[in-house]
Amino acid sequence: MSSDIIEIRWHGRGGMGAITAAKLVAEGAFLSGYGGAIMAPTFGTERRGAPVHTSLKISKEKINDLSPIETPDIVVVLDHMIMSEVDVTAGLKPGGMVVLNTPKSLEKSKINGYRVAVAHVNEIALESGLRKGIVNTGIIGAFAKATGLVDIDVLSDCIEREFAGKRAKENAAAAKTTYERTQVEE
Amino acid sequence: MGQDLFAIMTSNAEGGEGDAGNTGSWRVERPVINMALCTPAKKQKASCHLCWLYCPDGVISKDLEPEIIMEYCKGCGICAEECPTNAIEMVAESEFVEE
Amino acid sequence: MNVIDSGNVAAATAVKLAKADVIAAYPITPQTPLTEKLSQMIDEGEMDAEYVAVESEHSALAVCIGAASAGVRAFTATSANGLLYMSEQVHWAAGARLPLVMCVVNRGVGAPWTVWNDHQDSISQRDAGWIQIYVKDHQEIMDTTIKAFRLAEEVSIPVMVCYDGYYLSHTYMPYDVPEQEKVDQFLPPYHYKHTLTPEAPENLNSVTMPDTRKDIRGDAAPCYMDIRYNLHDEMIQSIEKFEAIDSAFQEIFERGGNPVVTPYRMDDAEHVVVAMGTLANQFKVVIDRIREESGIKVGVLAINLYRPFPIDYIIKALEGRKGVVVYEKALSYGNQGALFGDVKSALYPCEKRPVIQNHIIGLGGREIKTDTLYETLIASCRKADENSGITDTPNWVGLQTVEPTAAER
Repeated sequence: MSSDIIEIRWHGRGGMGAITAAKLVAEGAFLSGYGGAIMAPTFGTERRGAPVHTSLKISKEKINDLSPIETPDIVVVLDHMIMSEVDVTAGLKPGGMVVLNTPKSLEKSKINGYRVAVAHVNEIALESGLRKGIVNTGIIGAFAKATGLVDIDVLSDCIEREFAGKRAKENAAAAKTTYERTQVEE
Repeated sequence: MGQDLFAIMTSNAEGGEGDAGNTGSWRVERPVINMALCTPAKKQKASCHLCWLYCPDGVISKDLEPEIIMEYCKGCGICAEECPTNAIEMVAESEFVEE
Repeated sequence: MNVIDSGNVAAATAVKLAKADVIAAYPITPQTPLTEKLSQMIDEGEMDAEYVAVESEHSALAVCIGAASAGVRAFTATSANGLLYMSEQVHWAAGARLPLVMCVVNRGVGAPWTVWNDHQDSISQRDAGWIQIYVKDHQEIMDTTIKAFRLAEEVSIPVMVCYDGYYLSHTYMPYDVPEQEKVDQFLPPYHYKHTLTPEAPENLNSVTMPDTRKDIRGDAAPCYMDIRYNLHDEMIQSIEKFEAIDSAFQEIFERGGNPVVTPYRMDDAEHVVVAMGTLANQFKVVIDRIREESGIKVGVLAINLYRPFPIDYIIKALEGRKGVVVYEKALSYGNQGALFGDVKSALYPCEKRPVIQNHIIGLGGREIKTDTLYETLIASCRKADENSGITDTPNWVGLQTVEPTAAER
């Protein structure tokens, strides 16, 4: 894979909104000058609750290869419990970043050979006035803090537009608060 | 017969658990039965069993105290919806994770 | 305006910009979000059209046939078994010379049931008399769908715009949404010369005799075979029309070019990959790498217009090359890849015929790894260089539970 493409794999469960999250980051990246933002979900038969993943590729140039990511630079995990079923770091480049939604501390979440960033998105989302289990906007904040790839304000605007009429402010607040509270391994 | 040499590859699935793997991992919420409210458990006689009847995956037993095979239960919640005495509660899987 | 959205939304937006008056469609994965978007835009008053909810794909196209006959612009979309269920009306629309546009969101055909991508659905309809265009990205979905209405209406032949299920339908990527005024400038209002009207009653496509008959004025009326010849002849003429329409599009929108086939790094290529849809774009990455790492001079020829088949373009692009490798996601069972057969047949009259090979890949959504393309293409180029081990039977790439035997026999 060409080195000027940043590859980000998102792991979630069917119905969790991982695809929406990745799409919003694609949009934010595109608005920030990445002309080649591509988000390609890997589909099974749609089944609620089953582990799913989606590929987000970001580049300054047009991307012609739409095949799923095999060697990501960054992995985002919307539910830490997926890690007991799915090898989320499969193919992750050495020293690659893992962004985790987990109640566990950074100390307890470390993964050998990779950099980890953690946030308790479930808790922050509830505090922000979202329904139980809505984590796909909060995780965007964690992603922004951990990677610095896209500005949190740009992402927050994208979230407000996407969720217009559906707790837009609360969703944007979840992202911003998560951004502030995300702990990133040095 | 010659026919045995042909159509050696077709898409057939046999009945039984596990054809699609460990589908229990798909669960977001888990059905938990309160035996104090469950009709057959309470009366100690075969009755109701609507959860057994409606479970689309056939993973609920038709016992006086029904058991659910958690390896394959996808957590769809139909049993909880159908239970006439509201004996089945859907509990978030996160509640069962050891911190 | 630049946006980032799914291929299905790009298609729906194109149909809105083309001001289609009637949409009739039946939902099927992976087409569903396209028709959902259209029905939503109509419901919210963003689009002025009639959405006819139907009970099947057969009815969907029948409604479009009725609408086009009544003088309004109509659109439908489908995938896989939906297209096949529609098949009788597919042939009818072409024979009736109705300028419909249909998006086929490519998906494998059941049985066994699959929702994932390949090209078997639309390839199986290649002989129906529709123009078929295969596109490679969202911008092409947008632009080609708009061009398709003009092409269909100029030549009175229906057009299928085929795009890869999931790879494009559900993938988000940036594209430009043209301004309405410019689309209006490019695409004149719909006009059908046999529009059904009580003022001038006509019978349309009733029993047509094998031989000519005298009409009410005593003139020789066209008979079945002659009408069919005319369809074939005008389909071939529509290649030029498509070029002209693309030029007109370029003048207004400042993008386009190479609407029939798209060459990539072909100038000095000794070997050429031929492919359709997203696969052709994926090969750009593959051959860049091959050229850099192994020095093999290889290029890509994307076939955009598959029906009518652009024989002259194929000859011009491929005659005299050492090797041609056709990768495709469909085949004529019991023979070989449909595209392979077509390319081979086009090259038959050439004096300097390349060695030609066929790979079947990605059926029913089997993952197409860029590394796999890289390896199989290099191996094919080497075979062509040595002119040994070439078979006329297709090579099935990436089988998992069975070994291919045909080549060994």
